[in-house]
Amino acid sequence: MPESLLYGTEVVLNGLMAGVLYALVALGFVLIYKASGIFNYAQGVMALFSAATLVGIMKGQVPFAHLINAALGTEIHHFGWHVPAVLAILLTMGVMVLLAWAVQKFVFRHLVNQEPIILFMATIGLAYFLEGFGDLMWGSDIKTLDVGLPQGGSFWIEENTQWLGMGNENFYGFFLDQLDLVATVIAAILVVALVLFSQYTKQGRAMRAVADDHQAALSVGISLNFIWVMVWSVAGFVALVAGIMWGAKSGVQFSLSLIALKALPVLMLGGFTSIPGAIVGGLIIGVGEKLFEFTVGPLVGGATENWFAYVLALVFLVFRPQGLFGEKIIERV
Amino acid sequence: MKLKFASMALGAVMAAAPAMADLVFPSLSYRTGPYAAGGIPFADGYADYFTLLNERDGGIGGVPARLLECETGYNTQKGVECYESTKGEGALVYQPLSTGITYQLIPKATADDIPIHSMGYGRTSAANGEVFSHVFNYPGNYWNGASGAINYLLEANGGDLSGKKIALVYHNSAYGKEPIRTLEELQKKHGYELSLLPVDHPGQEQKSQWLQIRREKPDFVLMWGWGVMNQVAVQEAANIRFPMENFIGIWWSGAEHDVLPAGDKANGYKALTFHNVGRDFPIFDDIQKYVVDTGKAAGAGDQIGNVLYNRGMYAAMLAAEAAKTAQEIHGTGEITASQMRDGMEALQIDEAKMAALGMPNFGPAFDVSCQNHGGPGLVGVTQWDAANKTWSLISDFAATDGEVIGALVAEDSAAYAAENNIEAGCK
Repeated sequence: MPESLLYGTEVVLNGLMAGVLYALVALGFVLIYKASGIFNYAQGVMALFSAATLVGIMKGQVPFAHLINAALGTEIHHFGWHVPAVLAILLTMGVMVLLAWAVQKFVFRHLVNQEPIILFMATIGLAYFLEGFGDLMWGSDIKTLDVGLPQGGSFWIEENTQWLGMGNENFYGFFLDQLDLVATVIAAILVVALVLFSQYTKQGRAMRAVADDHQAALSVGISLNFIWVMVWSVAGFVALVAGIMWGAKSGVQFSLSLIALKALPVLMLGGFTSIPGAIVGGLIIGVGEKLFEFTVGPLVGGATENWFAYVLALVFLVFRPQGLFGEKIIERV
Repeated sequence: MKLKFASMALGAVMAAAPAMADLVFPSLSYRTGPYAAGGIPFADGYADYFTLLNERDGGIGGVPARLLECETGYNTQKGVECYESTKGEGALVYQPLSTGITYQLIPKATADDIPIHSMGYGRTSAANGEVFSHVFNYPGNYWNGASGAINYLLEANGGDLSGKKIALVYHNSAYGKEPIRTLEELQKKHGYELSLLPVDHPGQEQKSQWLQIRREKPDFVLMWGWGVMNQVAVQEAANIRFPMENFIGIWWSGAEHDVLPAGDKANGYKALTFHNVGRDFPIFDDIQKYVVDTGKAAGAGDQIGNVLYNRGMYAAMLAAEAAKTAQEIHGTGEITASQMRDGMEALQIDEAKMAALGMPNFGPAFDVSCQNHGGPGLVGVTQWDAANKTWSLISDFAATDGEVIGALVAEDSAAYAAENNIEAGCK
């Protein structure tokens, strides 16, 4: 195989992996938008908050330690125990369910029937609140997240693809990050689980009913409150998964909240209401931006990925305003 | 009634007037936002040093120091607001702690006759004091950093870099682009091959850049990163198994939190520095005794000895020493910002003074002058030991290429002077 083709293939494979990570973030947006029509600006911050909570629980960190110490004059920072990763993930899920309940109880319950822009503004407020609340609870230092996920290039893939170079010494075999491979498997399981949940469970069907028509769902006895708490909880779980994957790379820090920026072009492309759309959109954005950077980047000085993702999404929007898999909006006069 | 109004007006004026009973040092800190992890230790170090001077020595020259902290979130607009809201308090010197904020404050502070100290960041050509009368960037700047890295590599390669490949991974911003011109000039001189790899803000995703590095196989990688870009770059370098000892970051890419997320794989990573690292200095015993143990520390007291804490403390020490120099020059304890500028311009730091301050071999010896606001530009190299989780200084503070950097400083500052109708010369 020619060298450029080999490298191009490697870029495509890595683009697919990056796309899966983008899709993980986009999924949270889709779930909430689909069920409640809310574009949740706080999804990125939820990923940060959940990952910080996970690290805090794992390391036995005392929440609000600085506040407690300042108020009581104590010097307590840790409980002195370490919680295993699986248990910590379950406990973090509990915290995210509590957060979902609180968000519903104190914010969105009071905004039923408000304009979408009002709900959107409320999520902006929620994002700022969670940012500060998370910092106060767990501190704003960079936390190392180790839940036992493998990292680094896969030796096996490198060794078993080296023959493709046909003796080319410059080709070491394909590079694929083990963390990205794990993320792909987890994302696949997550999507299948979400699809099965929404198709074959009572709560899932109720969620879809609420998404279709709030008032009709209410009239047949579906509790909007319960469904919304459930959806925010599931979105919290997706945020936790995204937070773990991204946090394992860079440590858990404020910038995790900015991964939402990566999800926006994915949503524009895949549609705000489609779970498969988030996945396909993520893959197209991932591959598109990586290939563009590989082919055109060197000609224009590089760093094309951020803006190219949006350009690609905009091009799709011209032809399909609802996104690839979004529901077509028909307004009757 | 008129008398009442007059009294109220007088009261208001008196309240608004700067309090002259202390020496005011604003701290434009960022304890929140994406860069908080770097901002907090610096701000703690800066604050704790002034607290130490107040608690141990009764201030500077007998006058208490007052820290005026203002949160910028590393946001240029907020930084300018902080400047505007604090300058009336009698601010003596600003440490903008951001290249963007520094650029905005240069004309403002110059007009207000308040000095700026942008230590290891900001506008590099501000080293020319004849053009930038109120801006100081001693003891080193980005161009010194670029040259220091090349000098270090020259030394490690028997003085010859011809044919070697060097890649620069940089934050795609004014800050990240600072070393490019210098590296290009040095490329002509030393014959290495330079490739440029920009990373867009915030730098969470760098797969393309590191795949390119894996393809092109540079001998050395230099990095001008900040924030999450640093942690991801170190992790990605580890992922492609790039030799860490051949990976050198600028001083803003060389703190503990930059390497800890990558764990053992970060072992051997190097970073440039203009000050020493670690906790093995007598000054820290005093900080522990007078500041931390008395509950007066700016933070939780857990940052002492960290790279960025040391840098904040070093910046505070240089400010305090400049204030002392100004007090000596003008024969008064309660100096003004203008007098502080004079003190900064006459600042002399030598090893005897550093040792007396409890900071032996903490930073290079240097003198500031009207012509040279940038100091000697001596650069050292530190290396990360992942097992012990410590940085160590592995080289002396060595001279950089004054010939190349001097020409670039002269060119850039002359352009600035022409744009702003500044007549170069000493005050």
